[in-house]
Amino acid sequence: MQVTGTVLTTRRVDAYHALTVVAPGIAERYRPGHFVSVAVGGAHTSMVTRRALSIHDVKSDYGGTVELVFTVRGPGTAWLAERRARDTLDLVGPFGRPFPLPRDPAHCVLVGAEYGSAVLFPLADALLARGCRVDFVLGGASADRVFGAMRARRIAETTTLTTEDGSLGLRGRVTDALPSVIADTRADAVYACGPMETLRAVTAVAMEFDIPVQVAVEEAMACGIGVCMTCVIPVIGDDGVTRMVRACAEGPVFRGERVRFEDVGTIPFDALGAPGGGARHVG
Amino acid sequence: MSVDMRTFLAHVELGNPITTAAGCASSGRELAQFFDLHRLGALTTRSITMAPRAGRPTPRMAETPSGMLNAVGLQGPGIEAFLERELPWLAQRGIKTIVSIGGGTVAEYSELARRLADAPGVTALEVNLSCPNIEDRGRVFAREGSAAAEVIASVRSIMRYDVPVVAKLAPDVADIVAVARACVDAGADALSMINNPLGMAIDTRTLRPSLAAVTGGLSGPAILPLAVRCVWQVHAALPGVPLIGIGGVMTGKDAFQLILAGACAVGVGTALFHDPYACLRIERELEDLLRARGFQRLADAVGLAHRPPGSAPRHLLVDTEESSP
Repeated sequence: MQVTGTVLTTRRVDAYHALTVVAPGIAERYRPGHFVSVAVGGAHTSMVTRRALSIHDVKSDYGGTVELVFTVRGPGTAWLAERRARDTLDLVGPFGRPFPLPRDPAHCVLVGAEYGSAVLFPLADALLARGCRVDFVLGGASADRVFGAMRARRIAETTTLTTEDGSLGLRGRVTDALPSVIADTRADAVYACGPMETLRAVTAVAMEFDIPVQVAVEEAMACGIGVCMTCVIPVIGDDGVTRMVRACAEGPVFRGERVRFEDVGTIPFDALGAPGGGARHVG
Repeated sequence: MSVDMRTFLAHVELGNPITTAAGCASSGRELAQFFDLHRLGALTTRSITMAPRAGRPTPRMAETPSGMLNAVGLQGPGIEAFLERELPWLAQRGIKTIVSIGGGTVAEYSELARRLADAPGVTALEVNLSCPNIEDRGRVFAREGSAAAEVIASVRSIMRYDVPVVAKLAPDVADIVAVARACVDAGADALSMINNPLGMAIDTRTLRPSLAAVTGGLSGPAILPLAVRCVWQVHAALPGVPLIGIGGVMTGKDAFQLILAGACAVGVGTALFHDPYACLRIERELEDLLRARGFQRLADAVGLAHRPPGSAPRHLLVDTEESSP
């Protein structure tokens, strides 16, 4: 659904920006893992594509608010970063396949790299509400790029932090710390969000431990509603056939082992409808 | 007083002139979560191909000033799955559907037409001629009148007589009027224009082309003037041929420009990426504009910009005659 939301508060979170927007319709329908798309540049903008943003927090005050977290990457997100309280934003959402939750209480490790950590907090709340044990592994290039360390420490059983420059926590990447966290917590499942390369490595670790892993991908999108076909990644379906699926509509949450991370950015030769006709006879 | 927004695509009546542009509404279901698709003049599907197509590698999209480049590569499920799942879904709901088809050879277009000829729910067939011709070193059909005409003649001879065949033309040709004329002579009942002109962007950070496919189709408000020019030229040369004007329409005013240039229907594409409700908003804005200018029927505005300077619009003349005692 489309909501013209009023910005309630804006804040800097280290290297990132967070906007709280009054959007009751979106807050009401939200499930952890959902995202929203935002029009940028105002009414007569020259920027025609929407920006897909992850939701960090949903609250019930003012009828329902969502907090969006993003980093400035170009003119669109720079415009968003300039929004002030009482400005309005054109939001559409919530979209996508949310994180599936375990039926019974389980031990879950939540892995976030950069601002990908943002989507893990509503997920952690939902898991805790189901009696799950939650442990965080959060990382980034440097201390100011690790998102949500304080909040993670507050709600999780344990929080492991990593930075590539060693300015906070362990020196290295989240996947360097992940195996020992999985072993120590006797984890039943892993949830992850972050850059594609991190998700690939997290999935590899989880598969080594033979536990399920759910990843939320951050793919560039033009529409967010499933019509533009620009956010596709190769994913193996239940029938074993690889398809180019939309990160916005079939995702953004996928079972990690189903995503062909090595082939992201290409059309695998055996994908359904690949040029040359690897699987042309199927379907 | 409401404006009569009905329009005719050849003999097929549409409730209003706003359609989705091919490839911008996917299978239709995605937009149905936002509004009732019956409120569209017609829904145009993505271009359907014989075999399933995985499309081009990513990145497929790059934002450009007042527009975007895309190189999706006609990703789609193929005609089998389309006839099994997507078309019946639209047909059962009675949504007016313009099916777009794309192929690499005349035979492929013909086979697609054959498969669609007896399928219920095809309001019109749009032939996407901006596909590389495998038999002619990958030159797109729309670039050459004779190649385009060959496709249209074949498709027209196969489709049922009561389903209009629409030829979709590309703007990056030397003479769009010549291609338009060739298509009409080959039997096209209507023309739609414009498909995306080719463009390119380079990422100055990676020092590489922004799109994996290097070049892509440019869409969005940046191409509106190109669309207005093409519709104008073709309407001037072939005033009797119904035209669907497509290209960068974001507002009712943009749609009005295309109508005044000679289009009787207007396709909305990139605007849908920005605003899922764009079609409804544009239809409303267009109706308001027509009413404000004293039009009682959309049909009276079609091609009106072509009248010689100084002559009063006919729809206003009629009004004065009626009001005089």
